Amino acid sequence: MSNLTNTNRRDFMKLAATAGGGVLLGFHWRNADAKPVVLDAAAEAAAPSHEFNSYLAIAPDGKITIFSPNPEVGQGIKTAFPIVVAEELDVDWEQVHVAQAPLDTEKFQRQVAGGSGSIPHSWKRLRQAGATARQLFINTAAKRWGVSPEQCTTASGAVLLTGSKKKLTYGELAEEAAKMPTPTDVPLKDPKDFKLIGTSIRNVDNQGIITGKPLFGLDFTREGMLFAVVERPKAFGMKLKSVDSAAAKAMPGITDVVTFDNNVAVVGKSTWQVMKARKTLKIDYEKEADLESTSDHDRIFDELLNSDKNTVRRKEGDVDKAFKGAAKVIKSEYQCPFLSHAPLEPMNFFAHVRADGAELVGPTQTPERAQGEAAKYLGIPKEKITVEMTRMGGGFGRRLAADFVMEAVKVSALTKAPIKLIWSREDDMTGGDYRPAVKYRFEAALDAQGNMIGYKLRGAGINAGNPTRENNFPAGAVDNLLIDSAEHKSAITTGPWRAPITNFLAYAEQSFLDEVATAAGKDPMQFRLELLEKAKTAPAGDVRYDVDRMIAVTKLAAEKSNWGKDKSKNQGFSLYYSHLSYVAQVGEVEMKAGKPELTKIIAAVDCGIVINQSGARQQVMGGVVDGIGHAMYSHLTFTEGVPDQANFNNYRLIRMQEIPEVEVNFVDNGIDPTGLGEPALPPTGGAVANAFFKATGKRLYRQPFAENWNTKEKVES
Amino acid sequence: MAQYNLKINGQTYKADVEPDTPLLWVLRDSLGLVGTKYGCGIAQCGACTVHVNDSATRSCVLPVSAVGDSKVTTIEGLSEKGDHPVQEAWNEVDVPQCGYCQAGQIMTAAALLKRNAKPSDKQIENAMNGNICRCGTYHRIREAVKVASTKTN
Repeated sequence: MSNLTNTNRRDFMKLAATAGGGVLLGFHWRNADAKPVVLDAAAEAAAPSHEFNSYLAIAPDGKITIFSPNPEVGQGIKTAFPIVVAEELDVDWEQVHVAQAPLDTEKFQRQVAGGSGSIPHSWKRLRQAGATARQLFINTAAKRWGVSPEQCTTASGAVLLTGSKKKLTYGELAEEAAKMPTPTDVPLKDPKDFKLIGTSIRNVDNQGIITGKPLFGLDFTREGMLFAVVERPKAFGMKLKSVDSAAAKAMPGITDVVTFDNNVAVVGKSTWQVMKARKTLKIDYEKEADLESTSDHDRIFDELLNSDKNTVRRKEGDVDKAFKGAAKVIKSEYQCPFLSHAPLEPMNFFAHVRADGAELVGPTQTPERAQGEAAKYLGIPKEKITVEMTRMGGGFGRRLAADFVMEAVKVSALTKAPIKLIWSREDDMTGGDYRPAVKYRFEAALDAQGNMIGYKLRGAGINAGNPTRENNFPAGAVDNLLIDSAEHKSAITTGPWRAPITNFLAYAEQSFLDEVATAAGKDPMQFRLELLEKAKTAPAGDVRYDVDRMIAVTKLAAEKSNWGKDKSKNQGFSLYYSHLSYVAQVGEVEMKAGKPELTKIIAAVDCGIVINQSGARQQVMGGVVDGIGHAMYSHLTFTEGVPDQANFNNYRLIRMQEIPEVEVNFVDNGIDPTGLGEPALPPTGGAVANAFFKATGKRLYRQPFAENWNTKEKVES
Repeated sequence: MAQYNLKINGQTYKADVEPDTPLLWVLRDSLGLVGTKYGCGIAQCGACTVHVNDSATRSCVLPVSAVGDSKVTTIEGLSEKGDHPVQEAWNEVDVPQCGYCQAGQIMTAAALLKRNAKPSDKQIENAMNGNICRCGTYHRIREAVKVASTKTN
């Protein structure tokens, strides 16, 4: 171990006395040791690679504050991050106070909630932060006692001298530690010695949540703050022509009506007053693009799927030859609708644009993007703009965008007032940034022995970019493969929605593989295992997933579900790798009074080391419930550019009466942890659809499933 | 605008608002009681649930002019120290993910247990079905209601 004196070294620590007399230990990490991770494109765009740091503040009374730099959106990061620091610091959880850090890209690094990327990105660095501070306290105590650091150990936030009763708490050492050189190359704990990681620790904000404390963006208030709502074009493809706001301006409590972009903002003294006044606006719009309906999209999908103007995403072998020589060919199409993110807290943001800068407060998954876009619009350096992150009432990807932040910035700039901009539920559901609608065509070629010798996937999407993930399984396991895609550009705006692309692609792929297994006369799970064996022993091109981990979750799911043992059970299998984690699911559908009912989902999850059992289990259960709900019930359709659904009366979300039993099992393999915000969701639709097929003999080719769920009786296939 | 004297959480609050203002926005904007949440504005999601004379009520569609002398309880007034059996159960079971809907869930659950101290699973599901949790914490909500029912006498 060496001591660091030169700040040009990769790792260094900043120390400063705090106003309260404690010591702030700041870890500015500049090391490049962290394992590189591959995020999906949308999350990567939202998460520029910066440096990491984490802060600990230690007060003389021993109170330890761990600052969590990433936005908390319900994924549990505000609990999980500090657990990792506290583990290596060797303190009791009861001693830890957790605080949300504001946006500071100088001090902190990747402050993003997206792509399930926070844990894989920060795991090692958080451990190093805790371990380095622990070693610093050991060195400080050893100096005071005149012994070597090797004679010291730690427990519960104190340094102990081996073979004596001498003890100094971190609080007692803090001031002196601040003057000590920072240790480097500090060893990390052996995972078998973990005391906090792998236990169940409750959400750190529970007490505030259950007592109604102001934690969320919508709860934020400020002396003199005004409220704003925005009227946007009702149809995608329309633009603003003229506004008559005289009636709105005359309404009680209204202070201003301003126009920007294609929008009209009503500003006033209370939420209800601005909502009411908005209804009196008289606005004319004019057409600027095609006003599309869902029936147009159905036609466009078929045109795209039958077109030869596609972008090839991956090609292996000779698919034409394989299909010509096939003993059997299977072909199917799967379709998914647009979806709203529908976080229960609608979009909102506080902005106060002043002459010398701006203050932004609110729920955002990407505070740095909010700051950057505001700086660009206002023409001021980003250092002049502060961003404070509130707890978020869900996000599901919607708060990766900064459109609602920029509306707040613009209204504040135009009215020269501190304002809180609020979207109504209707604004949220009709305001765009949707999960794109897609349709897939799959084709598989089987030889006489039932081996899949050819595989084709064509994806057609509306503002979906590349709706395939061409390197996903079964790519690598099929010798002749062609994956391509086509896109229709629409005025209907889309954006990343929890597990972008894979949230619908996984259902389609896993349902189709089930069809192929059935056509081959093979058990669907065994069929996947054979393909995985092929990917391992005779891969066809790149294999971008860990075959052994795929096999391990499959086998765990088989064991926990008693797969195939109970012939009276209608089980469906689904297996997916996304966002660096591996998840297999078995769905069970029972026929009750002639009607199919989804009764259970058994999940087998490999996210490496589980940091917080309680948070991780709920994250998987919630992901499965979300996966079921959106596969079964939700869709957003359009008539001439206008969404047909605007609120929860006709946009259906899953409710308590509709949840099946969900069983969560984790693989215990000691591998460095990966994220869980997304990976449990993608395989769920496939597990449900395949169990439904087992029960009814019918395939579900379209979401939402509810439209075709109630079949009368089983059709023998 | 009109003056209202509202009996909320054992106190009398004065509000000077328009008669059609939903109780939700009076609580949030006029009185600073922001624990009660806005989710849909049309009584479909349950995030705004408060108790009016001990019954679970959607405050987003209740005009302040209709409140009168009714006794209103919000999440802030459910207990003095956040130790109502339902609140304790919510923490023990570690229900919240994002947490936004949970005040409404807790208020619905507390009203259920007040009229039915030992509800069956079916009765819990019927009572809680009007409250949406977008994170999907329904399993834990159901468990927490059961845990709470063992705490109430």
